[in-house]
Amino acid sequence: MNVMQTPAFKAGDFKSDLTPVWCPGCGDFHVLLSLTKALAELGTAPENVAVISGIGCSSRIPAYTNCYGFHGVHGRSLPLGAGLKVARPDLTVLVMSGDGDGFSIGGNHFLHACRRNIDMTYVVMDNRVYGMTKGQPSPTTEPDWDSALSPGGTGLSPFHPLVIALASGANFVAREFSGDIKGTTRTIVEAIRHPGFSFVEILSPCVTFRPDERAWKSQTHVASVEATDDPARAARRIMTDDGFNTGVLYRGKRRPYEIHVAGDAADTSALEQAFAI
Amino acid sequence: MTGAQGDAGIDTVGKLLAHAYQMELEAQERYAYLADQMDLHNNAALAGLFRELSRIEGLHAADIREQMQGMEVPEIGQLDYQWSGSEGPETLDFGDMDYLMTSREALLLALKAEENAFEFFNTLLQSTDDEDVKRFASEFAEEEQEHVELVLKELAKYPEPEGPPRDDLDPPMGQD
Repeated sequence: MNVMQTPAFKAGDFKSDLTPVWCPGCGDFHVLLSLTKALAELGTAPENVAVISGIGCSSRIPAYTNCYGFHGVHGRSLPLGAGLKVARPDLTVLVMSGDGDGFSIGGNHFLHACRRNIDMTYVVMDNRVYGMTKGQPSPTTEPDWDSALSPGGTGLSPFHPLVIALASGANFVAREFSGDIKGTTRTIVEAIRHPGFSFVEILSPCVTFRPDERAWKSQTHVASVEATDDPARAARRIMTDDGFNTGVLYRGKRRPYEIHVAGDAADTSALEQAFAI
Repeated sequence: MTGAQGDAGIDTVGKLLAHAYQMELEAQERYAYLADQMDLHNNAALAGLFRELSRIEGLHAADIREQMQGMEVPEIGQLDYQWSGSEGPETLDFGDMDYLMTSREALLLALKAEENAFEFFNTLLQSTDDEDVKRFASEFAEEEQEHVELVLKELAKYPEPEGPPRDDLDPPMGQD
């Protein structure tokens, strides 16, 4: 057969041999698929990509890819990613997290990662529940979500990750629905290409503890407005939408954090000297 | 599962073959992946069913690959296939899965997938003016119709259960 062009990588090149242990129906399967498609689209070799995570169902994702990975401690994926990017700016660094890991115990790191604007991409698979620990409400859970563990709901205002990212200085902000594989793939590609700190919230249903989230498939819709470079306008939009608008919300123009690496990044002698007692 | 219609831009036999091959390949991979998922959840019956469906899609993909020999087939970017949704019409959606899924429910999804594939080729058949594209689309639509009938035959072995279809003695919401 005559083939006109052969892409450098296929999505399968970024998948590991491990079978994900997520529940059947989990949105994180879609996210893994979109992520591998995005990496294939970018054409970066797996060994030049690092996928960093914290703790939770979504944080299992590095093991399911063929890239370098680090399954870190709870809520600390962003400092790990930032450290890696500063030490090895040549790598594409992706930090993958969930709403509990990223916005509760990791909430403070989220603010400062946005503020530092280091050139990396932060993807949060938001299912509005702690799935791994059997269904406790998370920072993004609706106040009236009634469950065995939160009878009548928590009554607490949910965290608004996109607004917080904008207010804290993230340079690229988007929301996607996991089931929209094309949209999510394109947004991850764009987030990685965009200089500085990119934040993508992916609504990823937990079908086990939040079966109601299966409805997201019909509730989510592509936003009818173009992305803006004005954070105030973006914040107004996101605070007044129905919570199910998807697409790129904000493309900023801030200069990313400047990384200075003295000499060869692989040469750690200077670093060792700095830490010598 | 994604929609069936999406013939815009398929104006050569090469493009049609590329789409048909990708559709089968994607379905083969997805069924295999779902079989692994069901193995993990100790649903051996469903794992076996998905594995068999994967094998059948693989055979179909191999047939199409054979037909591609000597033809000018373009390489289409993964995001550029003319599906109406995110994935090929014959690909089961991860989001439709359930750990308590029965063989009947899985076959109903497979049936919908085959119907979508038929619809994809049939829509193309109705809309194209290219005689060669018409010939191939007609052949593929016919094959998909045969698959629909095969799944229906299999489905007849799994009558609709009486009473509550699902039972988990240790449900995940059990913590309180």
